Amino acid sequence: MPQTITEKILARAAGKEAVVPGEIIDAKIDTLLMHDLTSPDAIKVLRNEFRNGIAEGLRVVIAPDHYIPQKDIASAILYKELMNFYEEHKDNPNIFAYPLGENYGVCHIMLPQEGHALPGDVILGADSHTCTYGALGAFSTGIGSTEAGNVLATGRLWLRVPESLKIYISGNLPKNVMAKDLFLKVVGDIDVDGALYQAMEWTGEAIRRLSTEERMTITNMAIEAGAKSGIVAPDDETYNYLYPRVPQNRRGDLSELCDLKSDPDADYANAISYNASDLVPLVAQPSLPSNVKPADELNDVKIDQAYIGGCTGGKLEDFVSAAEILKGNKVAKGVRLIVVPSTQKIYRKMLDTGLIGLYLDSGAVVSAPTCGACLGGHTGVLAPGEVCISVTNRNFRGRMGHPESSVYLASPLTVAASAITGYITGAPK
Amino acid sequence: MKQEIPLKISGKVYVMGNNIDTDLIIPARYMTTMDPETLKLHAMEDLDPKQYPIPFLNPDKTCDYRIIVAGRNFGCGSSREHAPIALHTAGIQAVVAASFARIYYRNSVNGGRLILPLESDMDLTKNVATGDVLEIIVNEQRIFNPQKSLEYGFKPFGPVKGILEAGGLTEYNKQMLGLK
Repeated sequence: MPQTITEKILARAAGKEAVVPGEIIDAKIDTLLMHDLTSPDAIKVLRNEFRNGIAEGLRVVIAPDHYIPQKDIASAILYKELMNFYEEHKDNPNIFAYPLGENYGVCHIMLPQEGHALPGDVILGADSHTCTYGALGAFSTGIGSTEAGNVLATGRLWLRVPESLKIYISGNLPKNVMAKDLFLKVVGDIDVDGALYQAMEWTGEAIRRLSTEERMTITNMAIEAGAKSGIVAPDDETYNYLYPRVPQNRRGDLSELCDLKSDPDADYANAISYNASDLVPLVAQPSLPSNVKPADELNDVKIDQAYIGGCTGGKLEDFVSAAEILKGNKVAKGVRLIVVPSTQKIYRKMLDTGLIGLYLDSGAVVSAPTCGACLGGHTGVLAPGEVCISVTNRNFRGRMGHPESSVYLASPLTVAASAITGYITGAPK
Repeated sequence: MKQEIPLKISGKVYVMGNNIDTDLIIPARYMTTMDPETLKLHAMEDLDPKQYPIPFLNPDKTCDYRIIVAGRNFGCGSSREHAPIALHTAGIQAVVAASFARIYYRNSVNGGRLILPLESDMDLTKNVATGDVLEIIVNEQRIFNPQKSLEYGFKPFGPVKGILEAGGLTEYNKQMLGLK
């Protein structure tokens, strides 16, 4: 029976030859992600209800990031509890932790960076942007805390096999357009529930040409279209990205894993296609990611803050791209440009290549890795009436601070261009 | 602990629109705890008063509503289980929506808190107003609107019914594993 890449991965997890959309499977989970905000109830379930250890064979990656570095006493306690949990289980060879220190960062960047997301893996996490790892050919999706506790205890979880939505992108992205614009174009057309319960499968020559980090932008935002997951079939790019990152004992299979793809005659719920060459810089206006307009139509919107960071737009290439625009320019008077490298390794690279200096010269403020202000946590929270243009993924009411503040979503290029003018400005051609 | 799915839920409804996101249900700034009693104090705190002139919570933080009626994609956004926890602790027993965001739906089923996610056959937001009373006859998948003497349906729970009946995923899995 012909199957999509998602169905193939879930069939293996269910121990079956094949699965069909709508089917409820009891899936064996390869990897569970835990971070500081959603773990307390998961830990409680394992400790108080099952009273056993972590399920055999389950890999657990602990990557605190939301209110890190600890922003107040309550978040310091959350961090401490998560690390206590790690201490209890650290003899388990399948548990990996990235505590605040020389190698920590935003969880959805840490997992790929540290080689924890491989093609064909089933990865769950109590965070909605867990869908990011589809960029590496994994099936990954967000779950709740109770569910995470049950995964810890049993290594399994019921999953509904999603229908797949095929998104074919031909052509070449123009120089001033990034994967972020591509996703905004799609969600603007299909709406925030346009892919509800589905797997968004990205394909076509424009996707093949995207770097892994750019693919991560479109899979990261799958949830903003209501999707269960986003996925790009792995290829040479995936292999080259992963090879230096995965542990020795998993390298042998890597080449074979990167052959994983949908069968040519697999069934899709729907298929849509775009020509990347037609795209222009886009912006999602408050208060939904689907409220999309060309940046050029919003040039009268004055901004107070520009934000580059988080799991959608805080990757190395995002900073390299924004820096091309900022180079030799100053941030507009009265505008705050906040730059948050997603991981310490990215921070170090930016330091070594002179990017940190470039950002500081432009007038930007550079912070330590954190989810920070993306969810209104800290490090750039907005006051009533303030306007922020951000590379992040959500612009819901109150998302980055006061409920009467507004968030516009755009690519790192467009955010940088806007920081210079002080008004929403599409990245120049 | 096994729990009975109630046969009937009746009470005042709070009517909301499409795409009610989890940042509205419980803003992230309160996510430094998962304590239900703390979370309920901030349920729906950031609603736009222009759009929702009647607040969800009373000034003393009590809630008069037992049922939320909403449009499409209720609970979109974050995976935070804090959302159904906050609503359930405030007193909500059922959310009737035209559709649900998947993680919110899973959290309401698997969390075992009896805040039933009921997917209505039609969008009810135009048929009821905040403060109206609805009666939900759960086992018959009927929603009765006494104000208009109208009846609506909702989709059966399907395969997740066993989890709801067990009292959530934890209890369900414990039963399966023979744990007490």
